[in-house]
Amino acid sequence: MRKRSDEPFLWLLFSSGGVVAAMLLPIHLLLFGFAFPLGWLNPPTYEKMLNLLRNPITRVYLLVLCSLPLFHWAHRFRFTLYDGLQIKHLNALINTFCYGGAILGTIVAIYLLWNVP
Amino acid sequence: MINPTEYVPKSFRRRVSTFWWIGTWAYLKFILREASSIFVAWIVVVMLLQIRALKHGPAAYAAFEKWLANPFILALNAISFFFLVFHAVTWFNLAPKAMAVRMRGKRLPAAAVAAPNYVAWVMVSAVVAWILLRG
Amino acid sequence: MANRITLQVQRYHPQRDQEPWFESYEVPLRKEWVVLDALNYIKDHVDGSLTFRWSCRMGVCGSCGMMVNGVPKLACATFLADCAPGPIRVEPLKNFPVLRDVVVDTSDFLVKLGEAKPWIIRKTEKPLNEEYFQTPDQVDAYKQFSMCINCMLCYAACPVYGLDPLFMGPAAIALAQRYNMDSRDEGAQQRLDILSHSEGIWGCTFVGECTQVCPKKVDPAGAIQQYKLTASIEWVKSLVLPRGASPR
Repeated sequence: MRKRSDEPFLWLLFSSGGVVAAMLLPIHLLLFGFAFPLGWLNPPTYEKMLNLLRNPITRVYLLVLCSLPLFHWAHRFRFTLYDGLQIKHLNALINTFCYGGAILGTIVAIYLLWNVP
Repeated sequence: MINPTEYVPKSFRRRVSTFWWIGTWAYLKFILREASSIFVAWIVVVMLLQIRALKHGPAAYAAFEKWLANPFILALNAISFFFLVFHAVTWFNLAPKAMAVRMRGKRLPAAAVAAPNYVAWVMVSAVVAWILLRG
Repeated sequence: MANRITLQVQRYHPQRDQEPWFESYEVPLRKEWVVLDALNYIKDHVDGSLTFRWSCRMGVCGSCGMMVNGVPKLACATFLADCAPGPIRVEPLKNFPVLRDVVVDTSDFLVKLGEAKPWIIRKTEKPLNEEYFQTPDQVDAYKQFSMCINCMLCYAACPVYGLDPLFMGPAAIALAQRYNMDSRDEGAQQRLDILSHSEGIWGCTFVGECTQVCPKKVDPAGAIQQYKLTASIEWVKSLVLPRGASPR
């Protein structure tokens, strides 16, 4: 009897990351990447942004917003490398790069969001 | 029972090309959908840079905002936006397949499962926009 | 409409050829003819050595799967008129070893089908004189997945199977799900242990082409995604509940 795989865990991360990325990233990019820099809408002031960031709810929100989509990328990109480039024999390297990258990004996010002056 | 593969005649097997996904629209669309994840990761990087700039003071944040307006970054983000929307649309359209939602014994049509996702997308985006724009 | 059409059929003889090659045949273009009729015409009147599988000629046996103009199709369900003016390229089903002409070695699929345990598994058998009762809704829960005719068009369409021959593949997993969803079956846990690994359901990246080519509208892609969701829920339960306390 084969040992029960841990793929379900990775798939759940991928799925929740996919939902977060789909629902929330477009509006963030639309506003911060285009509406504000190009002057379509008035950007929030630095003070307002900092105040928002100080709020612990915002920081939890941002942690989820940054971390889960990274795990979505990690899982999807890992399979793209397997299938698109047919380099499945390098799977230890691929997995380290992908999931390691997502973990690294999460650590960076935690570090940035831990303390706000 | 005889192992079905015991006698193997000289069969022919073609090696799959690295570019198996080019030349068929369905496969190409699939690879593009998967590639959208790269742009998802890029946008996360941009947001991490934004948070860092915020923490380093008004001058740093102003420099970050200026960087976002750089034509090369604008172009990259425009491509990213296309892929983010492509990801969202393919995701919501495929959601009905993964969940066999049944009401009174009959399976709901795909559109009935996809539609609430789109509604949620609009509502959630509106909430985020309201928080950032209300001044 | 012209009255002739050309078929370019892949030929391969294991004892004579190093590589497959194409032979062109001109056949009558009758509006009610399918590719299978053309192949039988060739075999009867032009070239008796042409080798292909077929049986029911009405889309229920699953024998005549082949690539028609690069798309996996049943030869008995593909009208010549729909491919006119041609030429029509006929090749063996992709992702399988070619034994001869358009006949492929299906043994890998058959082994995998067996691994999925596509039969009713019971912990306790009912006595022979007792029936299983199923409501129409209970039948509905698995009926779509029971329509599979094992034609393997989905395997030909699946790029993951093409790249990784160890992958279980669409039909085997869909058939496992057919039994998982059957109210008479008690074998879901057994099948989960076999299928929830990287060459089972987790090898699937939801390309979706299997569903596109299925002639019986089984929707194997949907079956696999539903199975992933079930497997994930079972995994979470196995973390939260002590070993063996899972109700099913």
